Amino acid sequence: MPDSRLLSRLAIHATLIAFAAFWLVPLLVVVLNSLRSTEDIAHGGVINLPHQLVWSNFSQTWSSYCIAQHCTGIQPYFWNSMRMVIPATLISTLFGALNGYSLSLWRFRGDRFVFGIMTLGVFLPEQMRLVPWVIVLRDLGLFNTISGLVMIHIVQGISFTTLFCRNYYVSIPPDLLKAARIDGAGFFRIFWRIVLPLSPPILIVTVIWQFTGIWNEYLYGVTFSSGENQPITAALIALSARLSDAPQYGEQSAAVLLAAAPTLLVYLFGGRYFVRGLTAGAVK
Amino acid sequence: MSALRIRDVWKRYGALPVLKGIDLAIDSGEFAILVGPSGCGKSTLLNIIAGLDTASQGSIEIGDRPMNGVAAKDRNIAMVFQSYALYPSMTVRQNMTFGMECRRVPKRQQVEALTRVAKLLQIEALLDRKPSQLSGGQRQRVAMGRALVRDPLLFLFDEPLSNLDAKLRVEMRMEIKRLHQRIGSTIVYVTHDQIEAMTLATRIAVMHLGEVQQFADPDTVYNKPANLFVARFMGAPPMNTLPARVVAASGGLFAMIGADEIRLPLQGTTQAGDYLDREVVLGIRPECIAEHNRRFEDGGLLVEAPVEMTEPTGAETIVLLRLGGHEVLGRVAPDIRLKPGERARFALDTRKICLFDPATERLIG
Repeated sequence: MPDSRLLSRLAIHATLIAFAAFWLVPLLVVVLNSLRSTEDIAHGGVINLPHQLVWSNFSQTWSSYCIAQHCTGIQPYFWNSMRMVIPATLISTLFGALNGYSLSLWRFRGDRFVFGIMTLGVFLPEQMRLVPWVIVLRDLGLFNTISGLVMIHIVQGISFTTLFCRNYYVSIPPDLLKAARIDGAGFFRIFWRIVLPLSPPILIVTVIWQFTGIWNEYLYGVTFSSGENQPITAALIALSARLSDAPQYGEQSAAVLLAAAPTLLVYLFGGRYFVRGLTAGAVK
Repeated sequence: MSALRIRDVWKRYGALPVLKGIDLAIDSGEFAILVGPSGCGKSTLLNIIAGLDTASQGSIEIGDRPMNGVAAKDRNIAMVFQSYALYPSMTVRQNMTFGMECRRVPKRQQVEALTRVAKLLQIEALLDRKPSQLSGGQRQRVAMGRALVRDPLLFLFDEPLSNLDAKLRVEMRMEIKRLHQRIGSTIVYVTHDQIEAMTLATRIAVMHLGEVQQFADPDTVYNKPANLFVARFMGAPPMNTLPARVVAASGGLFAMIGADEIRLPLQGTTQAGDYLDREVVLGIRPECIAEHNRRFEDGGLLVEAPVEMTEPTGAETIVLLRLGGHEVLGRVAPDIRLKPGERARFALDTRKICLFDPATERLIG
């Protein structure tokens, strides 16, 4: 009996390890190539071990690699993305928290309908929203600006952040709000002093969700911005456009890794809070 | 002065009325208890008094000031919740001063009120703890403290003891009573527990199906229940109710029960004569049915009846017996050992017998 249990344990672990390895192959290839020189790759093929570890790919990609006639590396695009993702994440999270708070704790006539409409945004495909956004950006004069992208991501993000926060706040006992109302606190004071201090688990979830979502977003970046105003995801494509003439897999792999670094770091530091926050209630 | 006046308050959800014309006047310094089974509307009424819910119709006055359209925070009330509703992220101190902070009470005054109440409730040592670090009884105390620092016109308690275990509940019950005697404030207290109502109240409003069945002091509610619902709701075990017939014989009026034709003299009721030779419902409290050698004033009445079952509680023994064919409960001294199946003699105290009209279920005065 113990033998068969051990065997099944082994089988389970072997299967899981095999799948994990399979899953990690693309990452492994990219990491290895980012450490190889162009000659090494040309000589030994794309899938191979580094002949010699080369670190210069990273510094070159970062500051001097040429993308669409601009030899500035990916650095400016990286900062574009940062200037887009930070305000968009913070503001959409704040709005989501406020929306969720009022939808769950200040029930009003038709609140379910409003909530339904807001969360409908979660299910609308991105492409469907392109044309309306073109019109809005054009009329506001925000075409090809970082601010325009920030605005789009705030508005689009509110669906998700509202959904997350509302579902978290419904577990706050209504008595808490009644007590605060009798104590003389109003809508915003209750939010700041009572609800927000209970919110870190869900705020971490929405921040991680929004940060990775906005950072990785490509379609809006490439549609609504061009040249120097592109976020890093759009710039990466411009970079791979050079693949046709002389493939520089080393630099490109390094660019991919640099572009992925922020979300990877966010996941590494916040991942366990993410799972914990999604399953937590507000008050034990 | 009346601290709280409720006039013809109705509450409807859609077409469904949950409060049907509540009228109550509660005097200053009173400990008024709203008691009733769950769903009777007592909590809804409390929320309406607090301004957390609105009445469909009717008016509320607190301290002779009309409250229609006045927000909860401006009603000069404080409330203690069943769940305590302590702010989880704040310390006990912050919990207690939050209300004063919202009202911009000067810091020095806040500290004074906090010190006074913390001392009164003996929670000085807990002031820097978070609610999650407190036991149930301590949370209860803090919840009361939060209400007390405000020194309002009216305290509202919403089943404050329901979440405590039995022993602690009795302790806190005594403490609340002592507190009321010391500070003399007006309290409206909601509970489903009729023992809490009996022990704490200066007046009890028994509620059922959205109506006040009776609003009177505990003695009256217990001894002269206004109707059959109150008779059966108050008291543990509740009042025995059984069909009877009013008959006249030498020495006055009697209530005759069942096939055995047991005759109980009617002393307490003045209007029993109106029901001569008619069916009524007779109510008799279990403590009025005791072992045969118990001496009641006026002699009492001895009857013989079969014992069906006994429930010893230690302090007394509850006996299920048959009186005129009807099952009734009696309370006998614990050292009387009655056996199921045997016939025994019981002494009946007939002074507190109540009669009810079988059609209207109202007390016959």
